[in-house]
Order: sequence, then C-alpha cells, then structure tokens
Amino acid sequence: MPLLEIKNLTVSFDTAAGPFMAVQGIDLSIEPREVLAIVGESGSGKSVAMLAVMGLLPNTATVKADRMAFDGVDLLELSPSERRKIVGKDISMIFQEPIASLNPCFTAGFQIEEVLRFHMGMDRAQRRARAIELMKLVGIADPEERLNSFPHQMSGGQCQRVMIAIAIACNPKLLIADEPTTALDVTIQKQILDLLVGLQAKYGMGLIMITHNMGVVAETADRVIVQYKGRKMEEADVLSLFEQPMSNYTRALLSALPENAVGDRLPTISDMLFEPAPSAAATQPATGAAP
Amino acid sequence: MTDQTTAEATASAIPTGGRQRAFTEFWHYYSMNTGAVIGLVVFTALVLVAIFAPLVAPHSPDEQFRDALLAPPAWQEGGRSMFLLGTDAVGRDMLSRLIFGARFSLFIGLVVVVFSLTSGIILGVLAGYFRGWVDTLIMRIMDVILAFPSLLLALVLVAILGPGLFNAMLAIALVLQPHFARLTRAAVMAEKNREYVISAKVAGASHLRLMVKTILPNCMAPLIVQATLSFSNAILEAAALGFLGVGAQPPTPEWGTMLATAREFILRAPWVVTFPGLAILITVLAINLIGDGLRDAFDPKLKRS
Amino acid sequence: MSVTVLEGKNIVRDYHVGGGLFRPSRTVHAVKGVSFSVDKGKTLAIVGESGCGKSTLARIITLIDPATAGELFIDGNKVDIARDGLTKEMRRKVQIVFQNPYGSLNPRQKIGDVLGEPLLINTDTPADERRDLAMKMLKKVGLGPEHYNRYPHMFSGGQRQRIAIARALMLNPSLLVLDEPVSALDLSVQAQVLNLLADLQDEFELTYVFISHDLSVVRYIADDVMVMYYGEAVEYGSRDEVFADPKHSYTKTLFAATPRADVASIKARLAKKKAA
Repeated sequence: MPLLEIKNLTVSFDTAAGPFMAVQGIDLSIEPREVLAIVGESGSGKSVAMLAVMGLLPNTATVKADRMAFDGVDLLELSPSERRKIVGKDISMIFQEPIASLNPCFTAGFQIEEVLRFHMGMDRAQRRARAIELMKLVGIADPEERLNSFPHQMSGGQCQRVMIAIAIACNPKLLIADEPTTALDVTIQKQILDLLVGLQAKYGMGLIMITHNMGVVAETADRVIVQYKGRKMEEADVLSLFEQPMSNYTRALLSALPENAVGDRLPTISDMLFEPAPSAAATQPATGAAP
Repeated sequence: MTDQTTAEATASAIPTGGRQRAFTEFWHYYSMNTGAVIGLVVFTALVLVAIFAPLVAPHSPDEQFRDALLAPPAWQEGGRSMFLLGTDAVGRDMLSRLIFGARFSLFIGLVVVVFSLTSGIILGVLAGYFRGWVDTLIMRIMDVILAFPSLLLALVLVAILGPGLFNAMLAIALVLQPHFARLTRAAVMAEKNREYVISAKVAGASHLRLMVKTILPNCMAPLIVQATLSFSNAILEAAALGFLGVGAQPPTPEWGTMLATAREFILRAPWVVTFPGLAILITVLAINLIGDGLRDAFDPKLKRS
Repeated sequence: MSVTVLEGKNIVRDYHVGGGLFRPSRTVHAVKGVSFSVDKGKTLAIVGESGCGKSTLARIITLIDPATAGELFIDGNKVDIARDGLTKEMRRKVQIVFQNPYGSLNPRQKIGDVLGEPLLINTDTPADERRDLAMKMLKKVGLGPEHYNRYPHMFSGGQRQRIAIARALMLNPSLLVLDEPVSALDLSVQAQVLNLLADLQDEFELTYVFISHDLSVVRYIADDVMVMYYGEAVEYGSRDEVFADPKHSYTKTLFAATPRADVASIKARLAKKKAA
C-alpha cells in the first residue's frame, strides 16, 4: 500500500480576476522508504500540491481530489481536528527559508519541545532528553548549549537543522521538504542533503523533495515527477529520467543546465517547444507582483 | 517559493490594462470590507450635502425664528414639521445648521490634513534619507511634540495665536504632523536600501531626485491611510477646541461650537446637544471605516492569495 | 592587443559595526586586500558563499561605496570616490545588474522611464531621442516596443532582468558588474539571460564582472575566476586552470559540494545506496 496516494488533485485560487488553476489533475503516490522528487520551475504548482496535502493553503484556495489517502486514511474525509493530529506528527514539512520558518521569539529548544508536548504528550524531562537527542541526530555541535539559542543567533544551515529536528521529532512516516536548500550556500546544501537522505534511510521515512534544482534531484531522488504549469509532464525513476527523458519539457530542462552547454550557446526552452510566443509572454506571469 | 507561486497565480490571472486594472484590483480588496463600503457611502453623501448645502438646507443657518425657541424635533410632541430636528435657544433651525456645519468640518479636515501631510512628508523624507544629525534633530523635535497630550498642546497654541478657526486648524495640523513625519521616515528608511534605489543612484540620480521621484511614490500607501485617519482626528479635535470656546466662534455653525453653546440646555432640550454630537460621531466613524478599508486594500500582508 | 578595463590593487574594505550603549564598536574586515585585473571584452567571475565579501567588492567596483584602502583603476584612470567624488563621465563607465529582479525596478516607474532615466540625468538628449534609444535597447534585449509603457509588475522575473540589463546599457558603459544576475531565475530563463549576456558582450565589447555562487554558471560564462573566502581571494586564475586544478582546499570543498546532474554520478550514487 502506498504511503501517500493522490488521485486527480486540483487546486484553484480565488483571485481578483476569477479562479486561477495552480494544480490541474495531478496523480502522485509514494511508497514507504522512498525518495520522490518533484521538480518544476516557479509557477509549476509543485509547492501548492504539497501544501494542499498538509492543509496549509489559505482559504481562498479550493482543493479537489478524487482521493488523497495517507496510510490508507482519506485526508479529505477527516475533520480538521483529526487531520491536525496526522499533520505535524505522521507527515511533517520543512521549508525554504530556515530562519523565517522558526519563531524568532523562542529558543530552538523550546520550539522542538513544543512539538513533543503537543503530539507526544511527554513530560518536561523526557522532552528535554529527546530534544538533545534530536539535536545530536541532526548534527548540531554541543546541543545542550544550542537548545538555549534563539534563531537569530544561529546560521542558516543550523536553523535548517533545527527545522529538520522539529520535523522528525515525532518519527513521521513522511517528510516533505520544500526547497530545503535553495536559500543555503553550496557547501551547506551538501551537508543538509546528506543529512536528509541519511535520516530518511535510517528511519525508513518516505521523503518528498520539492526542488527546481536538477543537481539536487540527481543527488537524492529514487523517482522523479516533473511538473510544468500545474500539470505533470513526466514521471520516471531517476536514472531513466536523466538517461532518456521522455517529455520534451524534461529534455529542455536538462539541456538548459549550463554544465550541459554545447558550444557557446545554451539551448533554451523556448528554442525547443511550447513556450508561449513573445507577445503572449509579455502579458504573462508577473511573479511576486508588487502590491 | 510558495509565496512566489501564489503571487504569480494572482498576477497572471488578472487581465492587463494599466491603471484601470490596478483600480479593479484595489476595489476588489476594498469592497471585501463591508464596513468600509458603508463608510464610503456615508462620506460621499456627507460631501454632497456639504457642497450643495444652500440647496439642501430648508433655512438659512443664521436665521432666527423668534416664535420657535427650543422647538423640539418634528416627531416629538410640540414639534413643527418646519423644523425637522428642532431649533436651538435663539430659534435657529438645527438641521440647517448641521448641514452648513458639515462644510466647516470637512474643510477643517481637508486643510489640516494637507498642512500636516506636506510638512510631515518633507521632514520625514529628510530624516529618513539623510539619517545622522538631521534625523536626530527632526525626530527629537517630533518626540517633544508627541510628548504633550495633543488637545492640551493645541489649546496652548491657540491661546498663543489667538482663538479662531484658522488658528485652531494650524494648531491641530502641528499636533498631527509628527505622526506623518514618523511614518514617512520609517517608509523611506525601508525603501532607501532597496535595489531599485541603488540602481537609480548608479544611474547618477541626485539626492533630490532620489528622494522625491524614486523613493517617495513608493511610500504613499501607509501615508494615505494615515491621512484618512487624521482627517477624522482633525474634525474631532476641531470640535473639541470649538467646544472649549477657542475654535470657531459663534455664530459659526461648527459642530463643536454648537455643542458648546447648547450644553446648558442638555436636560431641558436634549436635541440641541444630541444632533451635533451624532453628526460628529457618524462623520468620524465613516471616515475611520474608510481608513480601515484602505489599509486592508493597501497592506500586502493582509492580502489573501 | 588587450586593454585593461578594470584593475584593483590590494582593495580593502572595513566596516565599523556601531557599538551600542554597552558594547564597544568593532571593525569587520569584509574585503582583505584583493587584487585583480580584467581585459576589455573579458569576463571575471567572482565566486564565493554568502558573507565572503563578493557583494561588497561589487559595490566598490560599481563606485557605490568607497574602498577603505587600495587602488582602483577604470579604463586606466585611478578612481577614489571618497576623496574626489564622482564625475558624470566616470559614472557612465560602470553599471550594475542586481540579483533580485523584483527589487531592482521601481514599481511606480514605467519601463520607458526606467530606461530613459539614466539618459535624462546624465545627458542632454531630448525626449524623443531618449524614447528612440530606449526602444532600440528594448529590442536589443529581446523585448518589444509594446513594453515601453508598462509597469514592472506586469513582467516575469526573466523579463525584468532583461529590463535591468537594458537600463545598465543605456549609458554605453565599458564595464558591467553582474551581481548574481541569474540566481533568482528559473533554469530555462537563466539560460536565456546567459545567452543574452553573451550576445551583448560580443556586440558592445563589454567587460563583465560576474558575481555568483553557482559554479556551473561560472564555468559556462567566465574567462577568469576568482574564488573568495572570508574576504580573501584564495584562488585566482583562468577558468580552465581553476576548474582543472584547484589549489586551495576551500575551492576543492566547493567543487566537491556542487551537486552533479550527470548519469554517471547518479549511477554511482544508486550503486552505493544498494550496497549499503
């Protein structure tokens, strides 16, 4: 039985100019102990789909799916309070901006212990011990000391480690990592990726890796889903994706990597296919529009 | 990444077309706030009434009906349909006085806001842009002004300048001005280090150009909200000064002054006190509701999706 | 024949971190004596991780901030903005493109005005001529005249970066500082912008200083590479030298950490995983 199974997921946002479809009919499933990468550029709906699973979308979003089952339980049929018991305990998520994901008012230790109190009902001493154990697990040096640090006293890499500690605190069955290393330096990225994959193997979690970086995919994933503009373009295991990409889009993405450059020019996606014509492109995505 | 995705969702779904598009989007967020729409309707009605006061008012505001001193409102016993809201102690029609009073209140609000906004923006931009001793000097003066209870300070200023509507407006403008200066300074400081400002600097823009053309237009949203809220504040303070006898002088039909001259009749003829008070309340409430609506529409943090 | 456009000798930049009421002020050495030179039409890439001083160096080269010590030559002329200020002529020679395409355009300025502004400030070009020049530049960077009257929020990240490049080129600079110009862009858009930069370099004989943390991009675009680590240039040489034979241990760490997206390394990883 798959750990997470999603059939025909559609997410639309209610905007000033009518509904906008961010995810259009995505099917997805992940087995226990598997690393699945979801790749796409901005606007591909890769984060939105996972936020829908977590129930973290704003209330202007409409989520529809034929089935969205975690461990055999259909998440869409649960009451909000039942769902909260699963989300954060059996499924947990880490985000792109490690420093912004931690509450600046509380120490790292407090934030780890908060999860333990809420989901595991441990007493004070148990929580303390477990927090130290978790800090060790994610590779933070002198954990007793660090428990009392505030987020602004730590580097981005350390903050992301704390986020991972919080995420794995309740031994989740599924960990969703949304661009976990995009905001980090390359050398730190390597450490965090190794840590995530190491923890995944050690505890037999399912790991969903949302990323736009083909290098990250190549270094971590077992299986890959490529998304573009809210639709699934391709699904394949990692080796065949890189060896023999089936869809034009994947092929274009791979050839746009600077290290794959042939001669002086990089092939671009619009050189190859369906990128809208220049005039249409102008009226098109205005990302992060200034309000 | 998520933020970006959703923002893109919004942006790409909106049809293009410059200003009109921006207005449509603005109205979409503004109209979600029912209170703000009601406030806008009431305020528009008020403005229309003030503009067309001579046409709308049944009588002249200064005309005294000697046969009807302290006549009650029309629906009360002894009321006359000629004086819908009754008359005051010297027989002037309340409704007409209130209608003409709207002119004064709106005028006061407008003048005060224009004064305090202009001076506040100038000081705030200078302080936020140059920092250092300019900043310290300006902001400490603002702090001193803010340290006094505003009404008391206005009262002192009017006492120095001499009572009268114009001096009262000046005093209120001075009292409200630090809020604008602080707000502008904060916004300028936030914008100053944005990359587009540095780009303009690299293009060779002078200090004046950077301040006025590059930075200031991007600081206007919070200032507009503050201006709206100050508008109602100004009306309220002007009424208070009028009530204390140092604002508009009788027989000017200003709402605060009307309240002051009528307070001895508060038990005998409650309507002469109630209606000016209600007029102030409704106006201030309407404008504050508009301010809240504007804040919702401008503030990206509150914007959903 | 090669002409040196940019030369820096022992550039130092210190920041004084203002002490609070109870803390003494201290000095942070952001750049510790870096030397470099770039020939006309070439690209120098400055690589490093956050906090290594590469952006500080970029601001010094762009004449935004003065260096604390050291000498900077542009087109053979010594520049010291702390002492002499900055002439309009010098201003025109160096321009910059920033990383964040969303922050680098004034949201209340139409594209036409964005492009016209440098000319308006620095030259006496009449309005209609400015308009023509802006239109031409729009075409050069792959946009069209229909974009002239639009506001920045109507453009995608890649298009905004094109506009930022166009603005930088309006004054015909000889040196363009590119501060992580493609880091915030999607892969496909990144490729387009890199191609555009290469084309423009050929056409105008531009000299680039390309700041980046992405080694694969650097390998693609650079002629010379300088690796910075805590304010020092730990490695400086031609691209092929640096990539083929990194000397400093930090450079080696950096290369090893860069994720590899080729079939061989995936196979190696999967084999290792199976064995474990």
